[in-house]
Amino acid sequence: MTKRITVILNNETRSLDVEPNDILLNVLRETLGVKSPKIGCERGDCGACTVLLDGKTVRTCLILAVEVDGHEITTLEGLSQSGLTPVQQSLLKHNSFQCGFCAPGMVLSATELLGKNPSPSQDEVKEAISGNLCRCTGYEPVIDAIVAVGKKAGKRV
Amino acid sequence: MAIAHEFDYVKPGTLREAVNTVARYGTRARVLAGGTDLITLIAENMVTPDAVVDIKGIAGLDKIEFKNGVLTIGALVTFSDLRDSPVIAKKFPVIHQMTGWVASVGIRNRATMVGNICSAVPCCDSGPILLVYDAAVLVVGPSGKRKVPLRDWFLGPRKTVLKRGEIATGVTLALPRKKHGACFVKLRRYEGEDLAQASVTVLAYADNTYRISFGSVAPRPIRGERIEALLAGRALSDDLIQEAVRLVPEEIAPITDIRATKEYRMHMVGVMLERGLRAAVERITGSGPAYGTSVI
Repeated sequence: MTKRITVILNNETRSLDVEPNDILLNVLRETLGVKSPKIGCERGDCGACTVLLDGKTVRTCLILAVEVDGHEITTLEGLSQSGLTPVQQSLLKHNSFQCGFCAPGMVLSATELLGKNPSPSQDEVKEAISGNLCRCTGYEPVIDAIVAVGKKAGKRV
Repeated sequence: MAIAHEFDYVKPGTLREAVNTVARYGTRARVLAGGTDLITLIAENMVTPDAVVDIKGIAGLDKIEFKNGVLTIGALVTFSDLRDSPVIAKKFPVIHQMTGWVASVGIRNRATMVGNICSAVPCCDSGPILLVYDAAVLVVGPSGKRKVPLRDWFLGPRKTVLKRGEIATGVTLALPRKKHGACFVKLRRYEGEDLAQASVTVLAYADNTYRISFGSVAPRPIRGERIEALLAGRALSDDLIQEAVRLVPEEIAPITDIRATKEYRMHMVGVMLERGLRAAVERITGSGPAYGTSVI
């Protein structure tokens, strides 16, 4: 029972055919060619497959592709269309990642947090990325980088 | 790549249409809201429905309503919606706190409270909290509407009283009229995303009556009725707390699993009950630990 769906992916309208049992993560990567969402645990625990769905972080491994018909999806590719964002620049400056597998999810979770709370505390940052697992860094440089973006924003105000 | 199991996907535009669809497929239909639980179950072949009925197209189910002291939470209200709701934060601070401790932001943006009680896993956080407020589940089915008290809702792990063709459309509860304080105590392995190893919820009234519930320590979320009866009408004292803690083994039946042993759970529930009682009673007068702080 193939269904035609239309999504706005990174500001571009895309129409495609999906099966009811197609998982969004796989459709994004294989059909739509967006590779920043990673295949990790495939059960919502690791956060590697995170995207923004209508502006909120979600786990694409837990969503059927048919569910997002008519919705807006932003991946890391869309976020940095006009250059690296302040979050990305800060993560780069703090040398926050080693392998980088968790990076897209971390960036999107941090972006969502900073959108709601421009200068988060260390605890708020920890809470915001608690669903994004990193096996390389011990989290410290990631947390420092996100807190630093908030501090910079605070100074500007 | 897709889920191996094949099914029909139906997205009704009205509740009536949804009920008809679910009734048509009978036990072979599964209702989809946030999907954070259902999709894993289908992916792992734990459930193999013929139809997945997505209720996200039904208007009105995404509302949090607070009218005349009665709170109604629609089936599409996510944990993030609850977390961001000023009325929840003000009137039901333990629910506000709980929603911040369920999974992680990316899950909370999708997972619903009603879905949480429909999944009916013994470690769910919504069940015990809603139990102390004597909440009821709003159900619509082929033969009309019914309201199921949450006490009667859970039958066992992943089992509820929901009948063939029925859909849970919301959950409703009344704000206690009497002066009260509450405490939600969730034991986790670390301060991050984790399921409860055990949870204790206490709702204490200024007239020295109490409502107590437990999660993760029985086949379903349960009320601590013996302890409530023991405490009823008595001011909290060190001796009384110890009497209550001694009743814990009569109330709960924890098991050993990957998250904790039954002995650890049994011991810790006693500690959690003591701290939860003290905090809830202190909060009646505005003292005690602030809502949102963990007492364990």
